[in-house]
Amino acid sequence: MSWLDTVLSAPTLVPLPVLVPLFAAGLTLALHRYANVQRVISVVALAVSTAASAGLVLAADSGPVVVDLGGWAAPVGIALVADRLAALMLTVSGVMLLCVLLYSLGQGVPEGEAEPAQELSVDEARVGGAIPVAIFHPTYLVLAAGVSNAFLTGDLFNLYVGFEILLAASAVLLTLGGTAERVRAGSVYLIVALASSVLFLAAIALVYAATGTVNMAQLAVRLPEIDDTVRVALQLLLLLAFGIKAAVFPLSFWLPDSYPTAPAPVTAVFAGLLTKVGVYSILRTQTLIFPDSPAVDQVLMVVALATMVIGILGAVAQNDVKRLLSFTLVSHIGFMVFGVALASEAGTAAAIFYVVHHISVQTALFLVVGLVEWRGGSTSLDRLGGLARIAPVLAVLFFVPAINLAGIPPLSGFLGKVGLLTEGVRTGTPLAWILVVGSVVTSLLTLYAVVKAWNKAFWQTAPPDLPEHAPLPRTMVWPAGALVAFGVSLTVVAGPLYAYAERSAATTMDGVTYVDAVYPGGSDRGTGQSVEVTEESTGEEES
Amino acid sequence: MIVLENTPSAVLVLAIGVLCGAGVYLLLERPLTRILLGFILLSNGVNLMLLVAGGKAGASPIVGSAPEDEPMSDPLAQAMTLTAIVITLGLTAFILALAYRSWQLHGHDEVADDVEDQRVARQAALNAPAYTDADADEPGTTLDEEAAEVHDDVVRDGDPDPTPGDAPRRGWDA
Repeated sequence: MSWLDTVLSAPTLVPLPVLVPLFAAGLTLALHRYANVQRVISVVALAVSTAASAGLVLAADSGPVVVDLGGWAAPVGIALVADRLAALMLTVSGVMLLCVLLYSLGQGVPEGEAEPAQELSVDEARVGGAIPVAIFHPTYLVLAAGVSNAFLTGDLFNLYVGFEILLAASAVLLTLGGTAERVRAGSVYLIVALASSVLFLAAIALVYAATGTVNMAQLAVRLPEIDDTVRVALQLLLLLAFGIKAAVFPLSFWLPDSYPTAPAPVTAVFAGLLTKVGVYSILRTQTLIFPDSPAVDQVLMVVALATMVIGILGAVAQNDVKRLLSFTLVSHIGFMVFGVALASEAGTAAAIFYVVHHISVQTALFLVVGLVEWRGGSTSLDRLGGLARIAPVLAVLFFVPAINLAGIPPLSGFLGKVGLLTEGVRTGTPLAWILVVGSVVTSLLTLYAVVKAWNKAFWQTAPPDLPEHAPLPRTMVWPAGALVAFGVSLTVVAGPLYAYAERSAATTMDGVTYVDAVYPGGSDRGTGQSVEVTEESTGEEES
Repeated sequence: MIVLENTPSAVLVLAIGVLCGAGVYLLLERPLTRILLGFILLSNGVNLMLLVAGGKAGASPIVGSAPEDEPMSDPLAQAMTLTAIVITLGLTAFILALAYRSWQLHGHDEVADDVEDQRVARQAALNAPAYTDADADEPGTTLDEEAAEVHDDVVRDGDPDPTPGDAPRRGWDA
């Protein structure tokens, strides 16, 4: 059937990961009184968008899929570009968002049905009582749409819009219920995020003033023509804005403070996704918009080293599992930045693989810690203990992603690190060697940190006041288990996946594929008319 | 034909500088309302920057409203500015709500110190004072002790170690 072919063709799939969650968000907001309908809509929407992303992974393997919004081609219109990298990120984040959603649905069951949104008295909220939940589903879906938009966009300003969408949604999720602790953490998070957004917007204004475009493909063509100093200034400004989002040291101060206060599923999503959107943007900036910038790569190397080492030292000092994991999150961002800073195909491929691995493993860990908190009543390592005997399933669920994070062979963390280290050694500059050593030290310290958490929470004698509970709710265990299994499956399919990451890196690095797909005839200025655009409505793009 | 004027007006540049400078200053304050004002000023400065990036002012940004040979200004910069203004408006509303909530809970809207700062301040207070502060109002109070008391309002009675995540939040449902 011809219409079915049209619907299932690759260009139709491209906007779906943005549009479906966004429409579903509107629906769930309108239907906020019907909690069950909300749940069904959310699950279906995320499943559809994940399926579309998976389809894009296959479609993008034979070249980037470009959609011109509104029928205006680049550089006049806004382009959505699904190349291998974007499609891969979309799919992994889709799987993760779906698992976390199921987990959060399961979390509600033992406490009875969800209440419609209700006005909270100050006292109720102060003691962390009931929380208006009807707002969760719309916000969560908006967050999904924002993340997808950031991954798909081929336009700097649209990337800014994507960031703002996910920032607004994440600020709401972080302050759910408005308890004192969450308002404090939310304020810090929001202010820092706003500062980074304003920086990003200023960078866009300057880029536009310098080049007359915000289309990434056209930028790739035009930026080499402008003055070197201006170009480096623009690059650093963009990296600064993305560095705050990605929590790169010294711009990572806000993360370990704001993430742990949120509910477990929210922390899991934030840890898994939001920083990775920043890393993805850094990757795009460094490979597509500003390729060949060895000086900035050196800076990124130093920054990556500082992020790894200082982040993990912070984790070692923590006594609360959630805070400990937040610090490991910061630390492992350093590995991805290291891969990007190597500025070679193999380095980028390793960074891409590491991002995929880290999204799954960090999210799984935070979900499992949510279970630990459910069972043990606390996340403080001093008040936990004996969980290995009381809840063996939980122990397995924690142990596998924990050693995966530390990079024990044969799990995916090990494979990603091997990729990075191999390329670091091959590069062979003194700085690269220092980073190789730094990576190994960081891995060992990560192992120390997670083993400390393991020993205290699972092996030490159970404290006398450990709450008595029925067994863990299956509705929470299954999604967490599914995500852990997903992380392990990355090891099983590591061959094809790593090959895919290498192909993604190749197309991102060659600087031609992307530009040609979005902006055919890159040097031929002033094009950008889609077929549908009539003669009289086209203006000259520039004089 | 879009006329690109590369040298922007000095008044606009000065205005951007003042707005951004004042915005950054206010952003570094503690009360949320001042931070909000700072954010608004900063955003307006950056919006102005976007507008300046679009080139010379004065002409119409709409295709077809003027004859072919007359200059027109760049509509894209204006579209981006409008989008940014809308986003700023939404986030402003959210910060206001946050400030109001903070006022409900604490009677003020100051952003409290984070957990790590409080811990450091407590540690510093527990240790013997490393030095005496000659400028202190009362003799005997050290900077360390003062630091331990500043913005400690998050610590509630009977909860000496407000580590986040301690309180089980199982009432949260999705």
